[in-house]
Amino acid sequence: MNRFSYVRATDVAQAAREAGAPAAKIIAGGTNLVDLMKYDVERPGRLVDITRLPGLRAIEDAADGGLRIGALVTNTEVAYDRRVEARYPLLSSTILAGATPQLRNSATTGGNLLQRTRCYYFYDVGTPCNKREPGTGCPAIPGVNRIHAVLGASEHCIATHPSDMCVAMAALEAVVRVSGPGGERAIPFAEFHRLPGDAPERDTNLGRGEVVTAVELPARGFPAHYTYLKLRDRHSYAFALVSVAVGMEMDGGRIGEARFALGGVAHKPWRDPEAEAMLRGQAASRDLFERAAERTLRGAKGYGHNTFKIELARRAIVRALEQAAAGTPQSQVDKRIR
Amino acid sequence: MSPIPNAETHVGSPRSRVDGRAKVTGAARYSGEFTAPDLAHGYVVNSTVAKGRITRLDTAAALAAPGVLEVFTHENRPRTAWFSYNYQDEVGPPGSPFRPLYDDKVVYSGQPIALVVAETFEAARGAASLVRVSYEAEAHETDLKNRMDEAYEPPKKRTGISPPPKPRGDARGAYADAPVKVSGDYWAAYEHHNPMEPHATTVVWEGGGKLLVHDKNQGVLNAQSYIASVFGLGKGDVRVVTPFVGGGFGSGLRPQYQLFLAVMAALELRRSVRVVLTRDQMFTHVYRPNTFQTVRLGANPDGALRSIQQHAIAGTSQFEDHQEVVVNWAGTLYHCDNVELTYKLAKLDTYTPGDMRAPGAPLGLFATESAMDELACATGVDPVEIRLRNYTEKDENENKNFTSKELRACYQVGAERFGWSKRNPEPRSMREGRELIGWGMASGAWEAQMMKTSARATLTADGKLEVACATADIGTGTYTILTQIGADAFGLRMEDVTTKLGDTTLPYSPVQGGSWTAASAGTAVQLACEAVREKLFKHARKASGSPLADVKLDAVSFADGRIEVTADPSRFVRIADAMRAGGVDRLEAEETAKPSMIDQLRYTGYTHSAIFVEVRVDEELGAVRVTRVVDAVAAGKILNPKTARSQVVGGIVWGIGMALEEETMPDHNLGRFMNHNYAEYHVPVNADVQGIEVVFVDEHDTKVSPIGVKGLGEIGIVGTAAAIANAIHHATGKRVRDMPITIDKVLG
Ligand SMILES: Cc1cc2nc3c(=O)[nH]c(=O)nc-3n(C[C@H](O)[C@H](O)[C@H](O)COP(=O)(O)OP(=O)(O)OC[C@H]3O[C@@H](n4cnc5c(N)ncnc54)[C@H](O)[C@@H]3O)c2cc1C
Ligand code: SF4
Repeated sequence: MNRFSYVRATDVAQAAREAGAPAAKIIAGGTNLVDLMKYDVERPGRLVDITRLPGLRAIEDAADGGLRIGALVTNTEVAYDRRVEARYPLLSSTILAGATPQLRNSATTGGNLLQRTRCYYFYDVGTPCNKREPGTGCPAIPGVNRIHAVLGASEHCIATHPSDMCVAMAALEAVVRVSGPGGERAIPFAEFHRLPGDAPERDTNLGRGEVVTAVELPARGFPAHYTYLKLRDRHSYAFALVSVAVGMEMDGGRIGEARFALGGVAHKPWRDPEAEAMLRGQAASRDLFERAAERTLRGAKGYGHNTFKIELARRAIVRALEQAAAGTPQSQVDKRIR
Repeated sequence: MSPIPNAETHVGSPRSRVDGRAKVTGAARYSGEFTAPDLAHGYVVNSTVAKGRITRLDTAAALAAPGVLEVFTHENRPRTAWFSYNYQDEVGPPGSPFRPLYDDKVVYSGQPIALVVAETFEAARGAASLVRVSYEAEAHETDLKNRMDEAYEPPKKRTGISPPPKPRGDARGAYADAPVKVSGDYWAAYEHHNPMEPHATTVVWEGGGKLLVHDKNQGVLNAQSYIASVFGLGKGDVRVVTPFVGGGFGSGLRPQYQLFLAVMAALELRRSVRVVLTRDQMFTHVYRPNTFQTVRLGANPDGALRSIQQHAIAGTSQFEDHQEVVVNWAGTLYHCDNVELTYKLAKLDTYTPGDMRAPGAPLGLFATESAMDELACATGVDPVEIRLRNYTEKDENENKNFTSKELRACYQVGAERFGWSKRNPEPRSMREGRELIGWGMASGAWEAQMMKTSARATLTADGKLEVACATADIGTGTYTILTQIGADAFGLRMEDVTTKLGDTTLPYSPVQGGSWTAASAGTAVQLACEAVREKLFKHARKASGSPLADVKLDAVSFADGRIEVTADPSRFVRIADAMRAGGVDRLEAEETAKPSMIDQLRYTGYTHSAIFVEVRVDEELGAVRVTRVVDAVAAGKILNPKTARSQVVGGIVWGIGMALEEETMPDHNLGRFMNHNYAEYHVPVNADVQGIEVVFVDEHDTKVSPIGVKGLGEIGIVGTAAAIANAIHHATGKRVRDMPITIDKVLG
């Protein structure tokens, strides 16, 4: 860990200004950033502490029937918020599927969006890594890649985004509110995280000096037909190998609006609009779900250790769609898969 | 054996840990927590290549950083011992031990190559990231698969590790002729020890050339002789004090590199120094070797074994031949006339593997007991029944009788508690909802050993007892059981007994390992207490008008601070009065417990277990839950059912990890372990563990150790992985021979 200076921002404008400096880094809960600093992966010259910023700690009803979650609201506060539980149980479920109570108590909504990949090489400065040091290569491709991407990867990077919460936000079509040198703007969730392409060092489309201030959830929350199915190497406290978040509306036996997003398989929560479109207006059936899963994974590519994820994702999609359609969401407490 | 058959109030009863409160309140000090005035902090820099030479080590920027005192490298390290034998320790295998900062050669990835010492931990860590290293890398090999052709039988055997027995009968011929055969190849992944407490050393510079060393280890005397020999110090100048160890599991048996580095820096800087390894650095030394095995069993249609062949190849480093007992278990557990067991090593560019909880046994038994399960399926004989049909009352490897063996009772009690009789033998026949249910079982065995160990007992006139022994308590409950033994010897309350451990000034003990401490230190404490009792009794008889004057030692009891006539407790002498009569205010004795040579020559001693497991498998998604475990254990006398159960449960939990989760993943291109942290190296968490029932089967054994104790540190883990693998087979029909059995291997 390097030496750094520290400033506690008192308003968003100051935070943005401070964060705009080349070596500056925003710190919120610190659960990801401090780890990365200990590993010398992040070496910020200045930490901009945003935890005392006013106005970023609330969950508020929006005029359009949605919900606005301040960037500093902790993961625990979101997961157990009555309105979230009632109107967006999917979001609650994804958060509770992640990390541990201690971590969720510290982790913030903004920090969760911006947490970095868990790629083993990214974390180990003794190895090359294009994301950490552009141009040095990607040892994960020929190396240990059990937790790596099977969709949307590039020859430069096959890392995944590790968040559970973001998978729900992708399915819910949340909007990320940011404030920066160019003023305020809204980024649709699908455009917030990036695919690695030839610039894997950039995880998101957030600009330098931009601060996430809130995440807005549209009114549609899929409270009756949803699920979050997370498959991992142990039953708790492990990142997803594959996860699926589903939000559905059912009209009798027919599917109305339908969305599903995958976690653990790509550099961002993965949605496939064509696969979702196949579901709408159809009667729920295993056959239909299998075809939608097939469609989602049509371009999938494995790299050895992670190749099993393609088949696992296929099956997880089918199971998750079944759970959602039946209104029997996966419990995050009981470890039995529904 | 006891000359005074004193009532056992505490021994044999569940007692909470005497050190429990200190541990949960933080009062217990661990090695990285001791402090000293002017303490400097060291941070280790590790190599990033697996093999080669360091061509340049630029420490200028690190040295210039604020607070940095020194950067030690192979170029400027102080002169330490020249010969590799100086680095040898009590338990090390044959070969040349690793010598930190010895020269410019890199022999494994993660090798310590520099130590930055600074005024604060943060300054040292920050400066460590400024050290620039260039290497001339050479081609390395870390993949066991590529070295199996060159595997060899270790020419020099490791002390204390039985090599495979000589072949008996004609295993190959008998296999060829056997009407029923099973055969399979088994893999076990690398595993790293992950005790909560990382390796840490605080060296207190006491002036006058004297060092007080707090070091995370499983044997203070071993650490002391290592330091003395490497740095050319007199043992009198080095005191090692390690009262608490936050889990060892074998990782603290041999001195680890932070001990060398901290002592080196303290001697050179003439100042107190602490070096604590990070969790990542815990993956840069000892580990359980990855091991390949082939097992072939031949049998009659009724399941009677006609041939056992088990062959193992394990990885070791280029510089030492680490050895453990992997293949011998089948030959000990079962009767068979044709047995061939071999154990080979293959050299890799890694650090030397080491002992990890029950070294060798869970690997070997995973293969043996999976194959026995396969044989049960092939013959249609129930898995418990087939083990009974091959039961042996003799250790055929050694052609000796067992000191005791209640394995038959383990099978019976375990099966009963588990409800085994309701099992439908057909794989895939049991199901609930979407989950397939599988019931599997396995046998377990671990050597019951006793080692020469000394202890001291000191009784004071106020009726307080102190017992002392240099042994460690690595979290097993040693403090507690020794306190129980001491308390019972004098009829005291546990609160009146203080147990001192983990200090080189205390009576001799070997490292704590191999499950031998309870039997060895326990016996030593018992003997020392008996010696004190005899002295005390003599004084008591001398007291004027002593009611014990005409009484013999075996007719009295010790209770409530008195020595009383057992048949007539109204006749007694108080401890204080006895001491006064003898003109002393304390009585002390030191005694040494040794295993009986005659019994050792005539018998072999083993702890046994029969473990039964239920798994529920969502086959479509590859998800496995271990929903129920019953482990029936025969381990001689159980000193404390509470701490004993904890030991076994801990072993089972680790067995769950071994079977399903634990795996250090090497990148063979880089020759480096990659998932070196708690987030990506998975050990079981609460959600992975459901009902575990431990049953201790009665076992009376007067030969294994004078106090009838066999030890419990390892027996919990040995059969667990095999039982889980067998249960997964029963659930799904799929036989996975490659640990850990992760989702990808179960996906139907
Ligand atoms: C052992 C472990 C296990 C975990 N398991 C899981 C899991 O299973 N599932 C899961 O989803 N997550 C898991 N996590 C990750 C956890 O969710 C994240 O660490 C956490 O959400 C990050 O939030 P934070 O507030 O602590 O972020 P910080 O660490 O403070 O910051 C993270 C990043 O976000 C930036 N940042 C923070 N806030 C803002 C803002 N408002 N605007 C702009 N930039 C900002 C920081 O500059 C930094 O780059 C785990 C973490 C650990 C350590
Ligand atoms: S996958 Fe991405 S993060 Fe991982 S090593 Fe390759 S470039 Fe780095």
